[in-house]
Amino acid sequence: MPEAAVRELTFAQAIKEALAEEMRRDPKVCILGEDVAEAGTPFKVLSGLVEEFGTERVIDTPISEAGFTGLAVGAAMTGVRPVVDIMFGDFITLTMDQMVNQAAKVHYMSGGTWKVPMVMRTTLGAARRSAAQHSQSLHAWFSHVPGLKVVLPSTPYDAKGLLKTAIRDENPVVFFEDKMMYKLKGPVPAEEYTIPLGLADVKRVGRDITLVATSSMVQVALGAAKLLEEAGISAEVVDPRTTWPLDEKTIVESVKKTSRAIVMDEGYGRYGVAAEIAAVIAEGAFYQLDGPVKRMGAMHVPIPFSPPLEDATLPTDRTVFEAARALCSRS
Amino acid sequence: MTIAAGSSETQTALGVQQWMGMYRQMLSIRLFEEQVNELYKRALMPGLAHLYSGEEAVAVGICEALRGDDYITSTHRGHGHCLAKGATPDRMFAELLGKEAGYCRGKGGSMHIADPKTGNLGANAIVGGSAGIATGAAFSAKQLKTGQVAVCFFGEGALGQGLFYEVMNLAQLWKLPVIYVCENNLYNEYTHYTETTAGDILARGTAFGLHAESVDGQDVRAVHATAARLVERARRGEGPALLMCKTYRYTGHHVGDISREYYRSKQEEQHWMGERDPIKLFAGWLLEQKHAEKAQLEGIYAEIETQMKKAVEFAVAAPYPGLDQVEQDIYA
Repeated sequence: MPEAAVRELTFAQAIKEALAEEMRRDPKVCILGEDVAEAGTPFKVLSGLVEEFGTERVIDTPISEAGFTGLAVGAAMTGVRPVVDIMFGDFITLTMDQMVNQAAKVHYMSGGTWKVPMVMRTTLGAARRSAAQHSQSLHAWFSHVPGLKVVLPSTPYDAKGLLKTAIRDENPVVFFEDKMMYKLKGPVPAEEYTIPLGLADVKRVGRDITLVATSSMVQVALGAAKLLEEAGISAEVVDPRTTWPLDEKTIVESVKKTSRAIVMDEGYGRYGVAAEIAAVIAEGAFYQLDGPVKRMGAMHVPIPFSPPLEDATLPTDRTVFEAARALCSRS
Repeated sequence: MTIAAGSSETQTALGVQQWMGMYRQMLSIRLFEEQVNELYKRALMPGLAHLYSGEEAVAVGICEALRGDDYITSTHRGHGHCLAKGATPDRMFAELLGKEAGYCRGKGGSMHIADPKTGNLGANAIVGGSAGIATGAAFSAKQLKTGQVAVCFFGEGALGQGLFYEVMNLAQLWKLPVIYVCENNLYNEYTHYTETTAGDILARGTAFGLHAESVDGQDVRAVHATAARLVERARRGEGPALLMCKTYRYTGHHVGDISREYYRSKQEEQHWMGERDPIKLFAGWLLEQKHAEKAQLEGIYAEIETQMKKAVEFAVAAPYPGLDQVEQDIYA
């Protein structure tokens, strides 16, 4: 019997569906943020939710990121399950004390008596011609802090399954969405599913080199893998999906098999997620490596506005292909 | 502003037993802090200690107006709030000494005591850092229709923090049951507040449409009557309030702050301790009203002193947490 055609959703639709399902399941879940209700956010990700759940659960806030994030911390401690929307990832700077000194530490400092089941949804990624204060990928900052969990979905399927898990998690979870990916389509089953945090996904199986890629870099890695295949090199693409908890085992096992690795992440390369994963590989697979672990990420510059300059700051299929080919030709 | 019709009744209806309970609580806070000072001097207490002595009428007056399930957030100078909301001295001391038996299993310490059973969302060592949390607890109360109220204690130093203004705006927009209680003890650490605070303090609340008023923070009856009115107002859904309590910090910013002449005079301290002490003032009133006799008050003092000594002994003898606990409770 032929299988039913797999349903396709965009990344944005998958996120909205996850929120709607969780809000139907648990009346304590609510959304707080700037222009989240009738406007449905500038990216229109939340369009339609206020019609179903009302303004008591899809709540427009003043432009006060610290204020409504702090409010969400207290609300999460006392029985509500807030999902806060920080329109651009660059604005997480305004929430830092509330996330780092409050949300992340409440459970530990209280000896495990209080907990903070909240989600912060925000964005990352350049290439929208939005210049230096609307284009950064700052997820490394939150990944650095014990007490927070950080999720980086790269497909509509992952986005839905991971967001549902994040909302059900008893801890503060930061969920970074690549704003260039909202229109990306992919298969999303209609039936209920969730994806655990801390489980990497091998997006492509290969044997010669491992491309560990997060969020926006997963598509770049898959593009590079195609080019590599044409050149006779078989690349494996591993998507950690969460930077904390981090599935070190899947990453290390892949590199042990391929003996070469490039780590790709749109955050700044220096002191970043790519650096951390490269260190995990160095610690776990050093004796199986045939070459140095390479990091590829955003150039260490404020994101420029001018389109050709902005494009030059990011890894591409071609630059990753070149780097991978160079690594593979050394041994 | 509207004064609740019931407020004067609340005031007179307070029985002698309740007055005596408040007196005991104030004295407990004072004697608790004296023990903290001793522990610090004997080098038994690690870290920092910010004593609440002199401000007891604020914590007791406010918390007496709250239900057991109402919420508070506290500050780095928070021992008084925690005790007034129902914490017990033995587990408080244990926490101050980093012991397993403490409220936070020793992981929080003096500046982070938290206790869900008494509605204590936690003391906070970021000045003004809990304004969001308190407002969020009030948001939950409204969202879940529980009838609870949240109180955010903060020092006048927190008036310099932007978060406070963001959440007052939110609280008034959404009519949240939260009372922002400013304990104005005159000093931001080592600096007189007039050097750091432009304009009028209450106007910061009224600018957002909050009900705002001030009260003599050394008069526990006045604090309580005002708090009772504001709490009931908030519980009825009439919105948040800003209450400034004028008070004084007897000791330094922390126990190591001994030489204070460069920022305030000994005469000023003596004036507050001699003429404006909240416990003496309240004791005087209790005696004058014949609610208590001198011997009775002396008996209470001796009783609490013994209780505090026992609580300290318990904490000193209590074991430290096992090292395996260092990585526990990071995630729920």
